[in-house]
Amino acid sequence: MPEDSKTVRQIKFHVTRYNPESDGAPYVKTYTIPVREGMTVLDGLHYIKDNVDSTLAWRYSCRMGVCGSCGMLLNGQPTLACNTQILHIAKTDLTVAPLPNFDIIRDLVPDLLSMFDKHRSLKPYVVRADEAEINDPAGEFYQSPEELEAYLQFTYCIKCGCCMAACPTLATDARYLGPMPLAAAERYNVDTRDDGRRQRNQQTGSAHGAFRCHYAGECSRVCPKGVDPAKAIQLLKRKLVLDYLHLARRKKPCQKLHGPGQGKPLPNIPAGPAKTV
Amino acid sequence: MRETKYWTWHMAAGVVILFLLGVHMVTMHLGGITHWFAPAGGEAISQANILFRDGRLFFTVTYILLLGVALYHGLYGLRTILFELTLKPAVEKAISFVLLVVGLGLFGLGTWAAITVHTIAIAGIRG
Repeated sequence: MPEDSKTVRQIKFHVTRYNPESDGAPYVKTYTIPVREGMTVLDGLHYIKDNVDSTLAWRYSCRMGVCGSCGMLLNGQPTLACNTQILHIAKTDLTVAPLPNFDIIRDLVPDLLSMFDKHRSLKPYVVRADEAEINDPAGEFYQSPEELEAYLQFTYCIKCGCCMAACPTLATDARYLGPMPLAAAERYNVDTRDDGRRQRNQQTGSAHGAFRCHYAGECSRVCPKGVDPAKAIQLLKRKLVLDYLHLARRKKPCQKLHGPGQGKPLPNIPAGPAKTV
Repeated sequence: MRETKYWTWHMAAGVVILFLLGVHMVTMHLGGITHWFAPAGGEAISQANILFRDGRLFFTVTYILLLGVALYHGLYGLRTILFELTLKPAVEKAISFVLLVVGLGLFGLGTWAAITVHTIAIAGIRG
């Protein structure tokens, strides 16, 4: 960013630095940079790296709140650096730290492996008996708009880890599965194509599963994509109890329809253009 | 699913406690107005009223039930808090075992006391 008349203010960035190979513990280093309107925290970090300290490390990719790479703690709030404007959250000072509840790889780069290991353990994919159809589909599964709506919001999760960083239970219990993996489990449990809920129940109903959630709701508050993991966890708890009491409705997963393009169209719908591929 | 079982009973125990504590509150604090379970009049904790209640099988069963659900609810809650300290699995097992022993011990003691008091009250009623 060129330092010119557009500069609105000088902001002090208090950045947590840590190199596990040379530092005994994380420490804070302060950089003062010129900030203009519209500048994101990610832009500020780029400015520091380009002009002040090239050794600063952080993780980013898309720069538009889609990939979930740049989750960090800004003024004590876990959020994405790419869609947070500096002047929206700072007047003179801004603290930038790595996401808590994770090990630090270096500076602002958290080690998200523990989160993804838990995520993987909950089978975050459609589980069905007819596995061949999943791997090599020969048709389509019917799902109504209402059935889609039941899990749609949970599909917006970008796995940035902000919810895990905000979770007070995870802060004390490192083995707690956490909001992101549990919300992912609920997302597939509710999907009418899926038949893996009882398999996932082994994990979600374990000693460090859904029942450890205190419903603090911080995960939902900080989610940059508007997902509500706290709600997902409460829905999981309810379904676990109903499954234990054998009160949950047993539904077969939705069945395969005819192959693509073989469904009967509704009347009065004009024919589409000729296929080009 | 074992934890689901514990959790479900934890919730169920909470509901039972809510009901039984309601009965307790009404008996203890509204006895002067309602005279429920306090036929001798006056304080709900007067000797005559206590003997009346302790001599009823309903109350003895209620005391034991309240003791059981309160112990389960409380000790499971304590176990939950302790488990959030990221303990080693062996320590967690030890805590579960100790809480189970403490719970059963206190339940046994309380049950013995309730039955003994019931027996004494019946003997008192019969003269």
